[in-house]
Parts: sequence; C-alpha cells; structure tokens
Amino acid sequence: MEKIIKCRRISKGHVQGPVLLTKDALSFLGGVNPETGVITDSNNELYGKKISGKILVIPSGKGSTVGSYIIYQMFKNNTAPLGLVALEAEPIIATGAIMAGIPMVDQPQDPLYDILTDGDMIDLDADNGLLKIEK
Amino acid sequence: MQLTPEEQAMYDGKHGIAIEKSMEILVALGDIYGAENMVDITSAQISGVSYKTIGEAGLEYLDELAASGVKVKVPSTLNPAGIDLERWEDLKFSKQFAEKQNKIIAAYQKMGISTTCTCTPYLVGNVPIMGSHIAWSESSAVCYANSVLGARTNREGGPGALAAAICGKTAAYGYHLDEGRKAKYVFELEIPLKGVDYGALGYIVGKIVGGGVPYFKLKNIPSINELKSLGAALASSGAVALYHVEGVTPEYEEALKSEDMELIERISVTEDDVMDARKKLSTTAQKPDLICIGCPHASLDEIEKIAEKISGRKLSTPFWVCTSIPVKAAADRMGYTKTIENAGGKLICDTCMVVSPIEDLGFKVIGVDSAKAANYVPTMCGLDVVYDEFEDLIE
Repeated sequence: MEKIIKCRRISKGHVQGPVLLTKDALSFLGGVNPETGVITDSNNELYGKKISGKILVIPSGKGSTVGSYIIYQMFKNNTAPLGLVALEAEPIIATGAIMAGIPMVDQPQDPLYDILTDGDMIDLDADNGLLKIEK
Repeated sequence: MQLTPEEQAMYDGKHGIAIEKSMEILVALGDIYGAENMVDITSAQISGVSYKTIGEAGLEYLDELAASGVKVKVPSTLNPAGIDLERWEDLKFSKQFAEKQNKIIAAYQKMGISTTCTCTPYLVGNVPIMGSHIAWSESSAVCYANSVLGARTNREGGPGALAAAICGKTAAYGYHLDEGRKAKYVFELEIPLKGVDYGALGYIVGKIVGGGVPYFKLKNIPSINELKSLGAALASSGAVALYHVEGVTPEYEEALKSEDMELIERISVTEDDVMDARKKLSTTAQKPDLICIGCPHASLDEIEKIAEKISGRKLSTPFWVCTSIPVKAAADRMGYTKTIENAGGKLICDTCMVVSPIEDLGFKVIGVDSAKAANYVPTMCGLDVVYDEFEDLIE
C-alpha cells in the first residue's frame, strides 16, 4: 500500500532512495565530514554513519551559515544526501539544499518518526511537496 | 508566498539558473519566516568573504555562480576579507591564503559587487535612506542600518544577501515590517557612558535580549562612533538587529507605541554592571603583543583622534588600525596615515582581527577597544584579548 504524506516544498526536485532518520538537529559545519559524508558530531545519534545517497530526515538544522556552503561542497564531492526532509526547515540547511540542488521539504503532516524506519525506500517529490512511502 | 508574475518567472527559471536558484533561496527563506510577499531592495551588503570563514566550499560556489555571468541588480558592497588585499606580504600573511582570497574577491567583482571589503559600508557610500528595504548580512552593519539610519533589513546570511542582490528583492518579514521594529525591553542607564562603556553595555544587553529589540534611556548623547560600537557589541553577544535610543535614533518615538506596555521588560543598568562587563571582556591580565583597533572599521575621525594621540611617539607594541580603502585614502591625504606610521603603527585595509588568520602570525594576546572583537577573537582565533580604551592599551 502506498502512503502519501503532504509536506511543504523548500528546494525543488524529485528523487527516490533509502531513508535515514535522526532526532538530533544537524550542523553541516563541524558536524559532517564533506570528504566522506560521515557524521562527525559525537552528540548526534548518527555519529559515524554515512549520509551520502540517503534521504535524510532531521528535526531541523543548526550552527553557522558556512554550513550552507558545506552542503554544496558535499554535492560536488558526491557525498551529499540525496534528499532532505525536516520537521521545520531553518535558513542554513534550506539555503544549502537549494545551492546544491538537493530536493528538500519540511512540515510533514504525519509523524514521520513513527512511520519510517532506516532503510525504507521513499519517493521525495519536492516539486509537489509530497512524500510517498511503500508500506 | 504570493509572487508577482515577474517573481514567478524568476522562480521558474525563465531568466537563467542563477536567478532561479537565487529566487528559490528567497522564497524558501520567506516561507520559513512566514513572509507573504517580496519587497524590492535598494542595496545589499554581502558577507562570506574571508577564505578563513567560507573556505574551499564557499570559493567553489562563488566561482561557479560568477562563471554563469550573473550580475547583481542593486548597488552592493562586500564584507572584509581575510587579508589586506594590497599589503598582505608586508603583514606576513601566507601566499597560499592570499591566492585563495583573491579568487573569492575576483568572483564577487565579476558579479558587479563593489570590492570595498568593509564592515562599515555606510562609511563608504552605501547609505540607504530611512524606510528603504535592504538586504545586509554583516551583523554590525545590519544593526547600524536599522537603528541609526532607519533602513530595514533582517540579519541575512551571506548566501541570502547575495541571492537578494541578484534578484533585487527580499522576502518581507521581521524587520521589514512595522511590527518587527517595536521595542521589547527598556534599559535605563544610571550613569553617563563613554568610549568602551558602550561596547560593555552592548555586551550585557545582547546577552539579555538575544534577538529582541532593546530601547535605551541614556544619561548622555552618544557619538556616531559610539553608536557603531554599541550596535556591533549588541549584534555579537546577542542576535540584535535593531535598537532604539531615546531622543537619538530616528524611530524611537514609534518603538514603544505598543498595545500592551505590561509586556515590556524594564531593566536598569548600574555602574557596577558596566564595570563588570568591561572586566569580563578581557580574557587575560597579560600585556598585549598586538594592539588592534577598528572593529567595526575605523571612521576618518576615529583615525584622526588616534593620530593626534600617538603623534611624535614611538609605540613599543605592534599597533594596527583596521579600516576600509576609501577611508584610508582620506587618511593618507590628511596626513594621519603618516603620523600613525611614524609612531610605528599601521593602517590596515580590507580585513580585521576577527576574519584574518591572525593566529598564524605568532601573536598571543590582542589588545582591542571593541566588544565585538573581544567576543570573537578568543573563539575564532584562539587568542587571548585585553579590552580597554586604546589610550590605555598603548601605555
């Protein structure tokens, strides 16, 4: 059965891929290694995990505005996440996602952390503000 | 957000990818902050210039954007870089850093942004009029533009301000709207202030109000230079974008016209509070091995006062005054530069102690008269600071 969750479009695009969830806010400056795509912030529950090629679900972003450039650099290095879903977008990650052309939505209308588990394949249609989940 | 047909065409990519991406950034920011529409802007101030802060990632992004051929639509000025763009070798900055820095400057220049490289654009001709909408991203300049000039800007990030400059627009929320400009706190001073007291006051109040709007009742009238210091301190210890000073700044009469005066917090500031903050801003009692003035960049009359003080002396500690290239040109003509150089000091352009890799030059303790610098140098450069009047620092 397919479940469709309405969201708000932040950065245009449409991708399909495996989901990776964290309940900790993420800073791309100092929190992620842009060469490897691995989370280096030991306070984040994804510490040591690779976010490249994943549709990353986060509560929000935090930290310095340089974080936007880091997301762009990860895209250039082929280490960026495939897509981003935030409960509430904030300017740093939103701007970085747009700079890098990574699809992003926020304000999902259903409780994503209850519905999704790591590795679930989802369809992120940011153009129309929709998340589609095969369950 | 409601977009006009012109804005929608920009968003849909009808004017090329650079404008599309820029408009996408502005719309996303507008959505995040609940804006209903865009406003036209008259000027931009763009941060994210020093290679030390934006690094390789920033350089790559700017290079690619500039290569697209896009130009800014409104007069735009640039924040300080990591080095004096002309005399970096004299000052012992590394060639490798200078090469990277010059690439960043070239990218901005290609987009039509004035490479004045200063945090005080309002001293070099980027002077928005009262009520005009602008997109500025240097926190101290944001504070000055909103508070002293009465122009309207949020605290933009570097990429957001650049996007606004490219589109000539920004999303209307926060400080662009009348309701965002009301004071939430009243600070009453029990004593008159002078010099570094203003930075100390900004340091105290920024910590209390965070991103709120403070209203000051001062015992004396501050100078323009003192307002510049106060705003820089407020914007660095808190996230203040706007303050009002009773009887001084242009919007103070509107600032307290609130429906509910009960919600306004009233706080008095004592002499002890100010003295305590002055002490807290120093991280050591050691003697500075570099004295660095000009955060925000020194104005011509600040440089004149410095020149008067040190005329005919030989300073025992390296002494830098940071400013912009147009102000230095005037200081050269007035003879102030020569006077300062004769005393062993230097007038440095385009950069400052916060954004330059000063920690690589072997200094350990920096003497500053800026609360903003005292706040940032320990964390951004890993060095100790002494906060005092420059007259006392040079003794």
